[in-house]
Amino acid sequence: MALTGIQIFKMLPGTNCKKCGAATCLAFAMNLASGKAELDACPDVSAESREKLSAASAPPIRPLIIGYGPTATKIGGETVLFRHEKTFYNPTGIAALINDSESDADIAAKVKRFQKLQYLRVGLNLRPELVVVKGGARLAEAAKAVVDNSDLSVILYSEDVAALKKATDALAGKNPLIGPATKANAADVAALAKEAKVPVWLKAVNIDEVAELTKTLTAAGIKDIVIDSGARTVKDAFTDSLGIRRAALGGNRDYGFPTIAFPVEITDNLAMQTAVAAALIAKYAGVVVLSDLDGASVFPLLLERLNIFTDPQRPMTVVQDIYPINNPDENSPVLVTTNFSLTYFIVSGEVEGSRVPSWLLIKDSEGLSVMTAWAAGKFSGDDVGMYVKKSGIADKIKHKSIIIPGYAAAILGDMEEELQGWKVAIGPREAAHLPKFLKEFKVS
Amino acid sequence: MAFQIPTVKYSGKINQVPVGAKKVLLGGQTAYNFHTFEGEFPNKPKIALDVWDYDPKDEWPAALVEAFQGVTGDPAAWAKKCVEYGADIVVLHLKSSDPNAQNTGAAEAIANVQKVLDAVDVPVIVFGVDNKDKDVETLAAIAEKFAGKNLVLGPVTDKNYKQIGAQALAYGHTVIARSPIDVNLAKQLNILLTGLGLPLDKIIVDPTTGGLGYGMEYGYSVMERIQMAALVQQDDNLQQPMISFFGEDVWKTKEASLPTAENPQLGDAQCRGVLMEVTEAVAVLHAGISVISMRHPASVKIVREYIDKVTDGGAVSGGLPEVPITKF
Repeated sequence: MALTGIQIFKMLPGTNCKKCGAATCLAFAMNLASGKAELDACPDVSAESREKLSAASAPPIRPLIIGYGPTATKIGGETVLFRHEKTFYNPTGIAALINDSESDADIAAKVKRFQKLQYLRVGLNLRPELVVVKGGARLAEAAKAVVDNSDLSVILYSEDVAALKKATDALAGKNPLIGPATKANAADVAALAKEAKVPVWLKAVNIDEVAELTKTLTAAGIKDIVIDSGARTVKDAFTDSLGIRRAALGGNRDYGFPTIAFPVEITDNLAMQTAVAAALIAKYAGVVVLSDLDGASVFPLLLERLNIFTDPQRPMTVVQDIYPINNPDENSPVLVTTNFSLTYFIVSGEVEGSRVPSWLLIKDSEGLSVMTAWAAGKFSGDDVGMYVKKSGIADKIKHKSIIIPGYAAAILGDMEEELQGWKVAIGPREAAHLPKFLKEFKVS
Repeated sequence: MAFQIPTVKYSGKINQVPVGAKKVLLGGQTAYNFHTFEGEFPNKPKIALDVWDYDPKDEWPAALVEAFQGVTGDPAAWAKKCVEYGADIVVLHLKSSDPNAQNTGAAEAIANVQKVLDAVDVPVIVFGVDNKDKDVETLAAIAEKFAGKNLVLGPVTDKNYKQIGAQALAYGHTVIARSPIDVNLAKQLNILLTGLGLPLDKIIVDPTTGGLGYGMEYGYSVMERIQMAALVQQDDNLQQPMISFFGEDVWKTKEASLPTAENPQLGDAQCRGVLMEVTEAVAVLHAGISVISMRHPASVKIVREYIDKVTDGGAVSGGLPEVPITKF
């Protein structure tokens, strides 16, 4: 748990030497407590105090990275139970399970397909990033087939430590997550992970045993641990995920690690796996493992992940740009609105739903919605007019019509003045009325 | 050592709202949804399916139209089909009454409600078009005509709560109080409705939400905050069961109707919309929703199984819809 400034002060030398830059030790302690200073700034703190303080300032859930390159996945590091209390930081990794009994050719074909599951949305590239390779005899070969044929990162799944070692060696430099460490093999897996400098996942028989295993691994010098509580029913998967997050945030260090969940081992049915993954993306899993990655299942999960892990403290904005919707051409209508993400989502959703090919111009309004932006002078007529001019939309169309939001009707005059020769039309106030409006709208 | 989940101290509970002539119970929980280890859940979340009062086959994605082949032009047959598909509740959308569309009147709306009530005995939600004046015209007339049937009438907003609320009160119906993604506006509308004299077991809250990938996070967090205020902060103006109509948003997206061949990376077209619906359903259920309004029968099957298993435990049953893997 976080210490108060006074608690920290008692562990400092009390010399008020000012070498840390603060006027007194108390002031420095206060800065430490609020995260504005680093303990290293104090040259005289005792080794004992240093250990206590760094343990106390460690995050409640250990952050760690699985994998390498573009699919390196950071998990853990969370600090709250509800995203509205602050934010969720590190999105749940999405994985498919591959058995080493599958042929190298089959594995190659699969991971090539997985790698193509990438979706561009609001300037972000959404994609699943992980593959779990499970087995023993052919673990290294199968893992090699994954990294040779895709850029996906790997989680190894074998209780056979010799097989695990061979596969870990084959993935040198690729930072795989290896495991599972169990009661039977924890010491050997820990030794392997320490030597290879890779993170470890543990598989407990139940949530009670998790503490014993994390203690064993921690004592062996392993810091980067991922927990599988062993839950293999829908109810246990949810309850354990919640229990581990609550315990960790409550200061229970034995549970202060990210988790991995296996919907694939709860049911063979991918639709139900998707439902379970949907619950666990919202409710605290570090990684979810499915039987396969297919757009019908993974695309909805990626959208959910994007939504849930959006920082609620900042108005999410969309980049100022021209957004083509439904493949517009030179005769398609042009609409302009603000860059508040919810405005963008709702307007683009309605335009999409209308099936009318259109150009949507998003003007930077500092993340404000239409009415607020207009009232705050961030969506004024000359401003919007100027943006339309320099946006380059004129080169894409043959007409000179533009639709403004109904709530910004007052900017029409100024806008027409700025945009000589253009016809500015007032659109509906509510986005829901856009489909009807667009279907009847004629450019001129 | 045995692990103990740190529990939350709950001080409030969600009011129980009986709907329909048979009084199907909504809400009543004393903890966050599915936290069975620390609260009572007398009623599992309920699933509603949509019926429209005109044939939407030219507007709906093929996956949906196919599922309701042959009944989409007939509200009675359609409602029966919904019940066959496992719906706990039927939502009759008075889509044709939209002044921006066919602008049909109260008489047509009454006739359609009658057809649905004659066809099924599950609770019926009669939903307007979110036009403050038009909804007063249709819903007020329906309230009077079907006195004592305990219909659920909505949406009721801060613009028309007086008229529709008073009619619901006079004729014994339940209302859906809709506010735009905001905890305080939801609370305010509840206060206005109870101020009219509407009892707490006659109000369901629709906090509204964005669709999956279209700002769902705003609605999601407002639901979680309402749930928290109700259960932990004992805010008795927010202790109503919540309903979410995300199915409408999901099926409106481009992705839900894109044919498989056009973008095989998005997977099977039949399945994609269903799993988008399932994903948002599971998310909002965990955020505290008591009734979900969806559109596809396969979604009902999957989400029902999810609700049952996350509540009761046990292995997943067979016979669920399969996801065909799209190769490309």
